[in-house]
Amino acid sequence: MLDFHLLQALHTAAGPRTLDVRLTLAPGELLALSGPSGAGKTTLLRLLAGLDRPAGGFIRAAGQTWYDAVHRQWLPPQQRQLGFVFQDYALFPTMTVRENLAFAAAGQPRATRLIADLLASLELTELADRRPAVLSGGQQQRVALARALARRPRLLLLDEPLSALDLPTRQRLQQVLAEVHRQFELTTILISHDPAEIARLADRVLELELGQVRRLGPPVAAAAPLLGRVVAVLPGGRLRVQLADAAMVEIAAPATRQVTLGEELRFELVG
Amino acid sequence: MPPDYWQTLRLTLALAACTTALLLVLGLPLAYALAYGRSRFKPLVEAVVSLPLVLPPTVIGFYLLVAFSDSSALGRFLINKLGVSLNFTFFGILVGSLVYSLPFMVQPLQAGFGQVPRSLREAAYTLGKSRLTTLWRVLLPTMRPALLNGLVLTFAHTLGEFGVVLMIGGSLPGTTRVASIAIYDEVQSLHYAQANAYALTLLGVAFVILVALYWFTKRDAARPA
Repeated sequence: MLDFHLLQALHTAAGPRTLDVRLTLAPGELLALSGPSGAGKTTLLRLLAGLDRPAGGFIRAAGQTWYDAVHRQWLPPQQRQLGFVFQDYALFPTMTVRENLAFAAAGQPRATRLIADLLASLELTELADRRPAVLSGGQQQRVALARALARRPRLLLLDEPLSALDLPTRQRLQQVLAEVHRQFELTTILISHDPAEIARLADRVLELELGQVRRLGPPVAAAAPLLGRVVAVLPGGRLRVQLADAAMVEIAAPATRQVTLGEELRFELVG
Repeated sequence: MPPDYWQTLRLTLALAACTTALLLVLGLPLAYALAYGRSRFKPLVEAVVSLPLVLPPTVIGFYLLVAFSDSSALGRFLINKLGVSLNFTFFGILVGSLVYSLPFMVQPLQAGFGQVPRSLREAAYTLGKSRLTTLWRVLLPTMRPALLNGLVLTFAHTLGEFGVVLMIGGSLPGTTRVASIAIYDEVQSLHYAQANAYALTLLGVAFVILVALYWFTKRDAARPA
């Protein structure tokens, strides 16, 4: 589906480096992109989308050449069939949720139907006539995802889409993301720092460091669940839990059920 | 009421309206290029655009007067080849106003473009939208306060224009004598009451325009973007 080799100068805290990544993605694959900040993750995504011009290499997607340094080929972002979800969501502030989607879907066959379907499957129907500024972070994120899908992309690029959200919202949206990825038969690249998120969603993970591939392979399995006793219910949906070795940790309360004091709880440490 | 009151007022408003409309058309691409362009000549262009802010209007008027006359190559070309004589005509003072009010349109627009987050533009591009569609549907609606600011300041500034018009246009009633020049003429002739009629009108119009601008801006800021 996607085959690329990209070279670009990087300005890192450790001085100038070169981003150099060669990768082939199978159709339907979900790749997580991880690594410390400044490693070149966002740069790589922007190069794939055509928002920046690489210094060398090539990009081929679904049999179409998007970029080729040798043959001087370059397809502007407008002509690349992809969806991009920005870290700040980049929703158009003067348009309602529905108008944001309609703007993206303009020119698509059966656009009205597509918009209604997207609003329904991302639980946005009730918010359709509101503007982005009055929505919560999680709601804005769903709009950004719906808008990216309104162009019927084959490739979906997500720049840390869930990092600014609280844990329950994040977990709910991970599920949405997994469903969308399957339902729309997408090939997806997702920037994420959260090992649990990566383990839950990704087929493979690419770890970057200073522009170079440090590791490419299956996600590392999440840590084994811990067992502890709930000693306090804190404001903001948090719990204080005492582990078997008497250490105290604070975790997010399960979104699905009520927790009582003194209860034994099995949970995973994430984040 | 001065005898030429309505004629002068019509001319003044026509000059301000034409200047504002033309500067919107000319200023938008220029502001866009200055906001997003990376040319190394950008500081040069920015300096030229801002010159009318610091130069005495008589300096601009003087050089335009010379440029439009048959003593300059441009003037000879205009007069002999195109048959257009700009000095002491409405079109002459219109060209002068365009130069004089240029920064009042370009600077707010440039700042407005600069304030729209880059990701909004890029999001539109990744949704397959051309630069023109992005400008029309995303950028301009988002920077509406800056747009309004540019339009209102240009209009109000052109109303109060004096030196440039006097140099290029003189004071021909119905052709180049705008309200600010009529005030000067009336005072020269010691017609204080008639000067006052024009002065009071300009004061009132400028005040109403600015109140409207601030009122709209406040209302725009109060509602969710």
